[in-house]
Amino acid sequence: MVKLNSKIPAGPLAEKWTNYKAGQNLVNPANKRKLDIIVVGTGLAGASAAASLGEMGFNVKSFCYQDSPRRAHSIAAQGGINAAKNYQNDGDSVYRLFYDTIKGGDYRSRESNVYRLAEVSNSIIDQCVAQGVPFARDYGGYLVNRSFGGAQVSRTFYAKGQTGQQLLLGAFSALMRQVKLGSVEIFPRTEMHDLVIIDGKARGIITRDLITGKIERHFAHAVVLATGGYGNTYYLSTMAMGANVSAAWMSYKRGAYFGNPCFVQIHPTCIPVHGDNQSKLTLMSESLRNDGRIWVPKNLEDAKKVQKGELKAIDIPEENRDYYLERRYPAFGNLVPRDVASRAAKERCDEGHGVGSTGLAVYLDFKDAIKRQGQKAIEEKYGNLFQMYEKIVDQNPYTSPMMIYPAIHYAMGGLWVDYELQTTIPGLFAIGEANFSDHGANRLGASALMQGLADGYFVLPYTIQNYLASDIRTAKIPTNTPEFDEAEKNVRAKMEGLLKIQGKTTVDTFHKRLGKIMWDHVGMARNKEGLQKAIDQIKALRLEFWTDVKVPGKLDEMNTELEKATRVADFLEMGELMARDALQREESCGGHFREEYQTPEGEALRDDENCTFVSAWEHKGATQEPALHKEDLNFEFIEVKQRNYK
Amino acid sequence: MDFTLKIWRQKNSGEKGKFVNYKVGNVSSDSSFLEMLDVLNEELILKNEEPVAFDHDCREGICGCCSLYINGRPHGPDELITVCQLHMRKFKDGDSIVIEPWRARPFPVIKDLIVDRTAFDKILMEGGFVSVNTGNAPDAHAVPVPKQNADLAFDAAACIGCGACVAACKNASAMLFVSAKVSQFALLPQGRVEAKERVRAMVAKMDELGFGSCSNTGACEAECPKGISLTNIARINREFIKAGSA
Ligand SMILES: Cc1cc2nc3c(=O)[nH]c(=O)nc-3n(C[C@H](O)[C@H](O)[C@H](O)COP(=O)(O)OP(=O)(O)OC[C@H]3O[C@@H](n4cnc5c(N)ncnc54)[C@H](O)[C@@H]3O)c2cc1C
Ligand code: SF4
Ligand code: FES
Repeated sequence: MVKLNSKIPAGPLAEKWTNYKAGQNLVNPANKRKLDIIVVGTGLAGASAAASLGEMGFNVKSFCYQDSPRRAHSIAAQGGINAAKNYQNDGDSVYRLFYDTIKGGDYRSRESNVYRLAEVSNSIIDQCVAQGVPFARDYGGYLVNRSFGGAQVSRTFYAKGQTGQQLLLGAFSALMRQVKLGSVEIFPRTEMHDLVIIDGKARGIITRDLITGKIERHFAHAVVLATGGYGNTYYLSTMAMGANVSAAWMSYKRGAYFGNPCFVQIHPTCIPVHGDNQSKLTLMSESLRNDGRIWVPKNLEDAKKVQKGELKAIDIPEENRDYYLERRYPAFGNLVPRDVASRAAKERCDEGHGVGSTGLAVYLDFKDAIKRQGQKAIEEKYGNLFQMYEKIVDQNPYTSPMMIYPAIHYAMGGLWVDYELQTTIPGLFAIGEANFSDHGANRLGASALMQGLADGYFVLPYTIQNYLASDIRTAKIPTNTPEFDEAEKNVRAKMEGLLKIQGKTTVDTFHKRLGKIMWDHVGMARNKEGLQKAIDQIKALRLEFWTDVKVPGKLDEMNTELEKATRVADFLEMGELMARDALQREESCGGHFREEYQTPEGEALRDDENCTFVSAWEHKGATQEPALHKEDLNFEFIEVKQRNYK
Repeated sequence: MDFTLKIWRQKNSGEKGKFVNYKVGNVSSDSSFLEMLDVLNEELILKNEEPVAFDHDCREGICGCCSLYINGRPHGPDELITVCQLHMRKFKDGDSIVIEPWRARPFPVIKDLIVDRTAFDKILMEGGFVSVNTGNAPDAHAVPVPKQNADLAFDAAACIGCGACVAACKNASAMLFVSAKVSQFALLPQGRVEAKERVRAMVAKMDELGFGSCSNTGACEAECPKGISLTNIARINREFIKAGSA
């Protein structure tokens, strides 16, 4: 068993990172050229890391499953990126950003990591501007900011509603520059399927070329995973279709601990599900709740008629509308935090009051705001969102209310890493959404982009050297060792096994069924009985999958169904671990709401005495249950308080 | 809704492709075009036929993966959207729909509707960046940028690299794509330093990879899902002349 050592440097909070850098081992330029690093993933975290390591002189191999690194899922981020610049002179500081992030995470993250994140945030903005990222500016030519939830200051930098795209194109441009200079080699349309460990250290990966189907071996002195989040365990989410947990999951099976798997974020304002064939959910910015009022029909008969299309929202008189957020939370009204708003919508729909053809939607109504401010004012604020909504739903939100519903959006959990972003496998690092590190039980808006780029530009390129410094005498290991043989055999066995079944049910059908179990029992509201049920149901579904799935085609050709099948096979295991983690965490915190642990008013109830820890799960083989380890969180610099929304 | 689909099927880059007809029924008008193809593929799999391969990922119009040529138009019959944002209500019940991959020599077909667009990345590698290493940057407010330029740079930078402009052009010119990147940097002080080398190198690469010449027809702008403007092409032409006379 590996002992959990978070390797937090000694000293005052504000000096830890400086002290670490002063004391760490570095690799000299001549030796860097002899060292190979694999970076899997080309989102903000992976692209920035690969580019920076290439600039330093390491030999980098960069992998992604899309046809170009530029298309990684970070491209879809909309709202913005936080930094403690205090350009608005509104009292922001590194400490305040640190404090907001810890508090927003409901006191379930590591102080030292979060402080470092806040500390390097300003350099990110400098770097991006130097790369030519076109952030929004004012008439004086200086950068402007917007506000996001969980903060009293304006610290969010943005490029219209396409901040993720612009930041990723910046990191991608730095990456392509290194490709041209020969320090980075890119492997697009290549998926990682296993990790190779030699003498206890991560030494390579097994991949499949998605065009030819060829299984390949890659050696490196260290492996970095920047493979994103696991939201697609739920089938429907705001994640890209190909987003998967496979790289992290295979590493877990090879010995890396998984941190806080049950912490996922559910975003309250997404365009709802329209039918069985829906493949993906689209986010509608949280800012809409500033002017929109959320309601459902008060009477069940009205709700039924609306669902059948016999009654329209505008036909329901004021007295028959239930503005349930305003009713339940008079102080915050429609602006309650994400998790509260999401749970309340679910509760109404579960009771049969939902709208839309599926009954799984609530209204977000701008009628009063339009009356008060005029249509033009609303158009100026939200014009592009209204247009996007109209394209998808084919309804005019100026005249009839929007329909929205919560959706899975982000994974706070991920591979457990120490202060150096190293997993429990020496030489295996995890960065970006793929690790568990900075957001505790709930992530604040505009902080994922910040974390991805902090990890990739400014943290990992340092900490990885502390590891590699002791590896400079290790020559390249040929890929014909027994360890590579075994890992490749493992990958082939899985894929050939899937192709051999030739059952009667498609991969998507299984994925949808898993999604429903997850959403019903490991979603917005969880309880002991439901979680136990979920574990049993997932086990049964997994068995069925491995006897009845139908995967057409062959291994050695482009085979999109085989790609999906391997990912779903891993989600079917991941889902169980998430349910287990949710079951053992006997408290409510952030995105994790256990119905048994709430105040009489229905608020989340933390148990700081018994639950101030990170759960870190150890794989124990296919037949044994995983083991839970706990990293106790010590709050030395911040006072732990109950979050209060009233 | 029911549709007759005429889809380009091609096993791999080495083999010849052909159109195959399919029927797909019971499609919700609220489905996206790609969800309609999902339905078809589920049916094909259960009938022991090979599903149709197509590129997609984000399904919200930003990653630039999806790339279908529908009834003679890149991204199909709607304005300022990608295929993944196209909905079936834009068609009539019973319609026949022709679906092809991008057709352009620099974008060879990999399988069915999937093409190889790495040529775009090869052009960007030549100069689609500012040469600044991590850690070298001055404070973000050290150099103010006029708002108008910043906004224009953003508009150009909004390109998703989908390749519709190339597919729409009878010469398979990549000018709209390349001009968007060149413009973004030309408009910003950070990008001015290398402006001349950049435009020369990127244009040379574009020619070398077999993209055709620009005849200013404007088909690219008309089909671009992100509304990238032809004024970028005017700007790259100016930049190119400037670079040459230096
Ligand atoms: C719609 C939406 C809007 C958002 N808006 C914001 C926002 O405004 N602000 C904010 O801070 N955050 C936002 N987020 C969250 C944020 O975008 C993500 O958390 C962040 O971009 C993740 O970056 P990453 O680099 O960790 O991973 P990703 O960008 O997800 O990249 C993952 C990479 O790993 C590769 N990969 C995955 N698996 C494999 C494998 N098995 N083999 C090979 N390669 C693999 C992929 O190809 C890809 O390159 C948003 C998220 C969504 C979904
Ligand atoms: S210019 Fe438009 S059409 Fe061409 S690649 Fe960019 S977004 Fe696509
Ligand atoms: S799938 Fe991403 S743009 Fe269409």
